[in-house]
Amino acid sequence: MNRARRGGGSAAVLTVLLSLLTGCGAGGGDQRTLTVLAAASLTESFRDIGDEFSRNNPGVDVRFNFQGSSLLAEQIRQGSGGDVFASANEEMMTKVRRADALAGQPRTFATNRLTVVVPPGNPAGVESFADLADPDTSVVVCAPRVPCGSATERVESASGVELRPVSEENDVKDVLHKVVAGEADAGLVYVTDAESAGDEVEVVDFPAADEVANEYPIAELAASGHPELAERFVEFVRGERGREILDEYGFGAP
Amino acid sequence: MPLPLRFPALLALALIVLPVLGLFARIDPARLPALLTSPAALTALGLSVRTALAATLLALLLGGPLAVVLARSRFPGLRFVRGCVLLPLVLPPVVGGLALLYLLGRTGPLGGPLRDWFGLSLPYTTTAVVLAQTFVAMPFLVVSLEGALRAAGTDYERVSATLGAGPWLTFRRVTLPMLLPALGSGLVLTFARALGEFGATITFAGSLRGTTRTLPLAIYTEAQADVDAAVAMSLLLVAIALLVILVARPKAVEGRG
Repeated sequence: MNRARRGGGSAAVLTVLLSLLTGCGAGGGDQRTLTVLAAASLTESFRDIGDEFSRNNPGVDVRFNFQGSSLLAEQIRQGSGGDVFASANEEMMTKVRRADALAGQPRTFATNRLTVVVPPGNPAGVESFADLADPDTSVVVCAPRVPCGSATERVESASGVELRPVSEENDVKDVLHKVVAGEADAGLVYVTDAESAGDEVEVVDFPAADEVANEYPIAELAASGHPELAERFVEFVRGERGREILDEYGFGAP
Repeated sequence: MPLPLRFPALLALALIVLPVLGLFARIDPARLPALLTSPAALTALGLSVRTALAATLLALLLGGPLAVVLARSRFPGLRFVRGCVLLPLVLPPVVGGLALLYLLGRTGPLGGPLRDWFGLSLPYTTTAVVLAQTFVAMPFLVVSLEGALRAAGTDYERVSATLGAGPWLTFRRVTLPMLLPALGSGLVLTFARALGEFGATITFAGSLRGTTRTLPLAIYTEAQADVDAAVAMSLLLVAIALLVILVARPKAVEGRG
């Protein structure tokens, strides 16, 4: 292979790499993509909502980014883009609003509260929230930095029970996974996560949880390339059908 | 040097260096000293250094002999075994964490008996952090050592044997001194990788301040709320990594050994 051809080869490789990096090159046609950044606890319900929204709006592809609300809020502040943001608490939505990253007003569309989940058979015999303080019971919770973790702290002060968790996870789904995997005697997750886990966990309900419900706000993002579509999605979530689906997954009405 | 290589080479360097510089650009100088010395940062740093040192030691005690066996023995399936050693390098660390969890967790085939018979439970302990770090970092040591052993060949060892030295004496007086440069670089790489371990740790060991929340985990947790704090801790990690690589890196890796 001579020198010139080698040079051409590396240039071609570079072009391919750059087009991969920048996402150019692939044509889209009429298909429009709506990117929804949503709290991890909305994973199952929003997937259903997204499917139905796509059916009602042909040519619209709804893409989700489900992560902890705190992480999403920070990504939005850093300019990661997206059309709609649905947060698991008001604090993270406020954070985004303060960064001037919202196009519309945040509107509460659902509420959620914590519950205790235990592995099937309840090996540690957890009967009440107070049982979680037993040092022989390994409890996994969300880190205080994330919405489910700040809700956990509020439940602790409301009930007067101080937990000594073996791990503080960054995401409510990670807490659920530790319980499902049988690696924790109990975990504090949202009612909706417990619902979505089905038979893989048992639920121990407790009264203090009712006092500290999280409110879920949703809003269109300023960075959105399809503001009208983003608004239609928000309306769909808040509309009758959205309400039904959220209900199914255990979310409370605002 | 052919000119067409320079441009992509420059781009490659930029891809590695610029993001790290971007981190420096994000610093809030006013808050930096307080953030760097915050209890959360110091606790995480201390835990990270301790566990990474323990993981490096464990890698040496277990991975060292493994490298010698791989380089010096012949048996069917050797290539396959050598491939397996590389697995942690190519697997996503979360997979490593899940694998450890399902083996050594409460219900795992090894973790169950450990718990039932000896009352030992590994997840959520500092030991679990060390195991996760060793899992991910040990291949660096094994690969460094095995490569050096194979490159050095067996001539000196054979001469030593003909002069009447037994295998253990030959290993200590001939093989080991030859290996020292590779051993140094392997240990440094292992330590640096253990220090940066995240995915396997958070999956297998969980995250609790002072017990399992190492510096990378603390950075991830802080990034959820206080980005300045996360950036400050990231700087700490970058600084230590650079120190380890630049200062402690033996000459062998630089191509002069």
